[in-house]
Amino acid sequence: MTEARAWPEQVEIDVLRYRPETDDHPVWQRYTVPFDVDMSVLQALQHIKDEDDGTLSFRWSCRMAICGSCGMMINGNPALSCKTFVRDLLPGPVRIEALAHFPIERDLVVAIDGFVKKLESVKPYLIPEHPRALSDGERLQTPEQLEHFEQFSSCINCLLCYAACPQFGLDPEFTGPGALALLHRYNADSRDAGRAQRMAVLNAEQGVWSCTAVGYCSVVCPKGVDPANAVNQNKVNSAVDYFLRFVTNRREQS
Amino acid sequence: MKPGPAARRPYVRPMTGWWRRDPYFVRYMVREATAVAVAVYAVILTAGVVSLARGEAAWDHWLAALRTPASIALHVVLLVAMVIHAKSWFEIMPKTMPMILVGHRRLQAKTITRVGWAAAAIASLLVTWLAWRWWT
Repeated sequence: MTEARAWPEQVEIDVLRYRPETDDHPVWQRYTVPFDVDMSVLQALQHIKDEDDGTLSFRWSCRMAICGSCGMMINGNPALSCKTFVRDLLPGPVRIEALAHFPIERDLVVAIDGFVKKLESVKPYLIPEHPRALSDGERLQTPEQLEHFEQFSSCINCLLCYAACPQFGLDPEFTGPGALALLHRYNADSRDAGRAQRMAVLNAEQGVWSCTAVGYCSVVCPKGVDPANAVNQNKVNSAVDYFLRFVTNRREQS
Repeated sequence: MKPGPAARRPYVRPMTGWWRRDPYFVRYMVREATAVAVAVYAVILTAGVVSLARGEAAWDHWLAALRTPASIALHVVLLVAMVIHAKSWFEIMPKTMPMILVGHRRLQAKTITRVGWAAAAIASLLVTWLAWRWWT
């Protein structure tokens, strides 16, 4: 490990371009950028945009894997471009494409309207049983109660899990791993009483039942959320909910 | 007329051959396909139970059918598929389970998978041993 590695002077980057005003379909375009050992894929793209081709479009913001903007397919795998280093992809060329399964808006920018609607539909916020005033003080939780939802609260909505989910690719109406994991994050929170309001989304054919446990969503998640676990354990909850309606005589909530 | 710069014209990529795109998807398809072997073997065993209910002649006929070379070849294929299925199915099993706390610590996915593999191995050895005793 002590021997010095010979790094290349430059590296080739292939980018799938799509300019809706001129292109009928996406086309590959090759760029050459100077190599730097601590260069992320995002920095390589920024170099292209700043120095070579200002028309290249991509989303980014924080450069530190917390904003969730810069997800893309890098050599065929869904990844955050700020968290992926060019040195790990040598000798290249590095192939960069917009996140799979989403419509391409332009170049590496995808259309996420559908996801935003799904996110709203799962009511990703605490719905307390009774209205509370600030003067009521904090709601205490045990470490065990925290453990039940904490990992699912790490989601940054980067959509890598959607790009890893063939069921979402085949049926864009599938609520999908990210939104369902957030649904579970609130249902699993001891301070929340909104479960009944969320069950309709979960029980729908395009809720948990569209998942076939491929499991790749959990592999690509950059925050360790494990959406496959959130979705699949709720198949049991959904089945229990279905059978309970026969004994409790409660009305369907929408 | 070409749309202006402000017009949205999102491009949807086709899903043709999606499962060949990533080795992970290929392994997933193998797991799902080997479920067919489980179903086929369930049919074979059901046929055995039906034969048993019909009397000695039917039962002997079923046993004779099992001993044909074609049946033995099929069983080798089914065995390989069953082993792959058991391995991959227990690998995904932790994803289907709610969080299990042992003491105050969370039961690891790896542990759940290994318990599953161990249970499958013990059950297989037990059945093999029983069959061997019946045979000799």
